[in-house]
Amino acid sequence: MYFYSIPVAGLCPQGAYGVQDSLRSGFSSVKNELIPSHALELLEKNFQLNRDKMSLSTLRNIQGLHAPLKLQMEYRAAKQIQRLPFMQSSNLALDTLRGSDDAIGFEDILNDPAQSEVMGEPHLMMEYKLGLL
Amino acid sequence: MATLTARREPFGGFSFENCKRNAIVEGEANKSGWGLPAPRKTGTTICGLVYKDGVVLGADTRATEGMVVADKNCSKIHYISPNIYCCGAGTAADTEMTTQIISSNLELHSLSTGRLPRVATANRMLKQMLFRYQGYIGAALVLGGVDCNGPHLYSIYPHGSTDKLPYVTMGSGSLAAMAVFEDGYKPDLEEAEAKQLVRDAIAAGIFNDLGSGSNIDLCVITKGKVDYIRRHDEANKKGVRTGDYKYKRGTTGVLLKVVTPLSMEVVEETVQTMDVS
Repeated sequence: MYFYSIPVAGLCPQGAYGVQDSLRSGFSSVKNELIPSHALELLEKNFQLNRDKMSLSTLRNIQGLHAPLKLQMEYRAAKQIQRLPFMQSSNLALDTLRGSDDAIGFEDILNDPAQSEVMGEPHLMMEYKLGLL
Repeated sequence: MATLTARREPFGGFSFENCKRNAIVEGEANKSGWGLPAPRKTGTTICGLVYKDGVVLGADTRATEGMVVADKNCSKIHYISPNIYCCGAGTAADTEMTTQIISSNLELHSLSTGRLPRVATANRMLKQMLFRYQGYIGAALVLGGVDCNGPHLYSIYPHGSTDKLPYVTMGSGSLAAMAVFEDGYKPDLEEAEAKQLVRDAIAAGIFNDLGSGSNIDLCVITKGKVDYIRRHDEANKKGVRTGDYKYKRGTTGVLLKVVTPLSMEVVEETVQTMDVS
């Protein structure tokens, strides 16, 4: 799951079992998928994934297969350190691992989820995380 | 609604949520024959020059917004780090935010390495960031500075390509400024000559390009010293009216004069300076 880029919306429904999850996200509309969105949207969605993919394959070419496997294991472990799902996690361990802890980008100053004015319903989000919903 | 927020991954950065709506609105507007208003044209002259022991950056100070001069004295030479400055042409907000972000990143970088940042580092950071956004960040920059390897000058295009040259120009007045540089540039110029050449180049932009105007800003960077000269030269001096069309006091005879005093109480009195730039 970690390695795949997000493909064009509509061609791959994002629900469980790979089908459109109409109960949660409503009905899909073909017309809606055909309207062009911004050219950057998909690039930005996949940016982190693609960058990780590139750095891991470089790592594999330099140090062999074990290095990206070990790093991915660390990524996975660091990703599990989270606050409750309705609160934004700082992702400090993950940022340190990626080397992005001493970098400032637009994602840190625009639309920062940590400064969001709205919060999801805690009960629902927790249930969703536990797979009850 | 709550279930929707439960599934959404929190993402920072640019928001594209209105793009589809805007595309529909634009389609409808085109159908009606009116269309949406076009983006405002911008215009600038910025340039830079490497001389004997440093770099001179120059910029005009007009902010153009289509047919309107939005600001007659804006500053287009941005701070990057103590030894690096950057001129910006294109969308004003984009150049401002881009240079601020790179400035922050370089500050963190120099704190963690404990040295002054190199110009090549700033250049690489800028081009990687601009390339990531595929030219949608409309920032055309002239980056100059002096580091441990001597003076460096780069021009950076909005799509992320860069040139390293002894003299560069950018913006809509770049052709006029480049013509002056091509004519007058010599390697290893003295500081006074370099400043004069940059002044002439910007002045050529100011007088021959409608998008550029007002004053000339210079920034002279040498090893260990920066001389930021805001308003080095005022290219367009405001003229003085020769005639006076005001009537003399008492031209019209006063027939009747009634003064009605309004009884008011002074609660607070402040004096504010007027911006006359």
